Amino acid sequence: MSHLVLDRLSMRFHLPGGPVEALRDVSLSLPRGEMLAVLGPSGCGKTTLLNIVAGFLAPTEGQVTLEGRPVTGPGPDRGMVFQQGALFEWMSVADNVAFGPRMKGMARRERGDLVEHLLEQVGLAGFGSKAVYELSGGMQQRVALARCLAGDPAVILMDEPLGALDALTREKMQGLVLRLWRETGKTILLITHSVEEALLLGARLVVMAPRPGRIHRDEGLPFAAMGAEGGDLRAVKREPAFAERREEILSLIWDMEEEIMGRAGGAA
Amino acid sequence: MSTFLAEAAGLAAAAARVIPWIAAYVACILLVMALWRLGRRLLGRRRGDVLRRTVTFGDAGAVRGEGVASVLSVTAILGLWAAFTGSALLPPALHAPAAFAGEGRFTYTAEAPDGTRDEATVTVLVHRPGEAPPPLPDLPPGEGWARDAGAVVQAGRTVLVAAQDNDAITAADGARIVAVNGIPVEPGGARVETGWGRVGLTARGTLSVSPDPGWQMEPIWLPPPEAVAARLVEIAQSGYRNATLWEHLGYSVFRVVSGFLLGALLGVPLGYAMGLSGWFRGWFDPIVEFMRPVPPLALIPLVIIWAGIGEAGKVVLLFLASLWIMAIAARSGVSGVRLAKVHAAYSLGASRAQVLRHVIVPNSLPEILTGARVAMGVCWGTVVAAELVAADKGAGMMIMTASRFQNTDIVILGIVLIGAIGWSIDGLMRAAERALIPWKGRA
Repeated sequence: MSHLVLDRLSMRFHLPGGPVEALRDVSLSLPRGEMLAVLGPSGCGKTTLLNIVAGFLAPTEGQVTLEGRPVTGPGPDRGMVFQQGALFEWMSVADNVAFGPRMKGMARRERGDLVEHLLEQVGLAGFGSKAVYELSGGMQQRVALARCLAGDPAVILMDEPLGALDALTREKMQGLVLRLWRETGKTILLITHSVEEALLLGARLVVMAPRPGRIHRDEGLPFAAMGAEGGDLRAVKREPAFAERREEILSLIWDMEEEIMGRAGGAA
Repeated sequence: MSTFLAEAAGLAAAAARVIPWIAAYVACILLVMALWRLGRRLLGRRRGDVLRRTVTFGDAGAVRGEGVASVLSVTAILGLWAAFTGSALLPPALHAPAAFAGEGRFTYTAEAPDGTRDEATVTVLVHRPGEAPPPLPDLPPGEGWARDAGAVVQAGRTVLVAAQDNDAITAADGARIVAVNGIPVEPGGARVETGWGRVGLTARGTLSVSPDPGWQMEPIWLPPPEAVAARLVEIAQSGYRNATLWEHLGYSVFRVVSGFLLGALLGVPLGYAMGLSGWFRGWFDPIVEFMRPVPPLALIPLVIIWAGIGEAGKVVLLFLASLWIMAIAARSGVSGVRLAKVHAAYSLGASRAQVLRHVIVPNSLPEILTGARVAMGVCWGTVVAAELVAADKGAGMMIMTASRFQNTDIVILGIVLIGAIGWSIDGLMRAAERALIPWKGRA
């Protein structure tokens, strides 16, 4: 049964320069435990889509339902992981992770055990009492993942979670995201700029086209399963099938970007 | 317009006269720096950059205040102060030339209407400021129709000597002075150097005697450091104007703290309301934005009319001084929150009250503390100014009253204490920042 359903979402913003159609008729349904990667050129409405699912934006038309209940606002059933800067630097690492349970009124002792377990899961055992600003960017994203998992959401929404990391850290974190996905079985909606990341992590890939934002392609991917089986991500990337798929998607997005540039140039 | 231009020209000329002194000061600084570096090199010490940087000019990270330079600069100020006030803290050899004090003599030559000339001696007793004028000894009149005379004057001052009044042929008889120490003088003309001062004639022909004023300041302009220190001990023990020193300073600090706290108590919630609600922002923006640039000092007259010169008036003034600063600080603290943090909190199940308590308030703390630091500085400046205008206790009142009675030592002491307290307040605020918001500037 479908778990998270996006039903004919449309979004129009009325900006001073005229109305902008950010999304047109986007429908998607995710079964429980699926990892869906959303790719697209800039301005294709990926982040708008994520914000609607999170409940931060109300769509002009259509609706989002999670387990049959319509989404009307943000809630702890949909956890968020942002690119960066979303941790609370006035709290220790442990307090950040414990934030969601604390808001729900979980007892301190119970929270402590949960935090310890989660920090271990993301490879930060023993870092609980550190201040957030003492950690590197990669470690901060590990905290963000742990904080999100602590709320035990049905769906995890990730907005370029690894976008601000350097290449090496990013590769390590991709492995971590895959492992967490396998261990927790959460439904994950991942927005990314990186074709390689989308291919590596997504069990299913949606490519969006811009102006208006709409779904261009929607297909299953075999690589995440290979990686999640505990396989070597580097080996997956070396697969000829992976390289071929990457080139194909890249040139597709490349063409979309070119078209936008051309249109903007023609209009100017 | 022309008066304005003349004023401006006068100002420019005065500023230009200061330039050589500033240049000399800078030259001294550079000279001492060169000597210090040379000394270190001779002792074989390397320059103190542990990172072994080759480029330090323009690299802000390589610039650390040299402790030695700070010590020297403060020592230099105290040293100059002591040298130019003839302080007992310095050996007399290091003093700037003092004003002449003691007994000076000169002769004048008077010419009678018939052309006969006679010479007489004037004895001038010059006493130090603060000393009682010595009595003029009996002077034998000397020979001839011009008789010897005497005068008493304080060091650094000028005295008119009516030396002809006791002569047999006075100025009223038509006699006039034509020379001093044998050197011809004219009324209003050049003065004669006597070795201990200068003597000349006024336009009306009277002798004007100026003992050498030296380079030292008179205590009425600048008392020596030890006099200021002695005054500190004195008023710390016995008080000044019906209140002890600690009462004066305590009242000022109390006014600042209570005015600031009241301002923060109202200003921070006001700023939060303005940061969180469009209606409140619209309502209060014109008020806050207009009141903020009004200098609190401009409110003093109105506050005196409304609340009088008592405690209430001062606290109201300081409340108004800090209110707008705190409101704007809290508003920008709220507005500066990253949307991702708020979204993250809502996605973790936080309610609006929880978002306010756990995200918005802590996120605004750095801005609020910066605002508090600014507000405390403004309040401290404002309280002193308000006390200058009207108060019966307080640091500002103390120096204003002292200035009316020309107690320059108390004025200087007050300025030093006001500076020290302002500096301590700022230090405390910075310590509070380090303790309360260690994440500031590091997120």
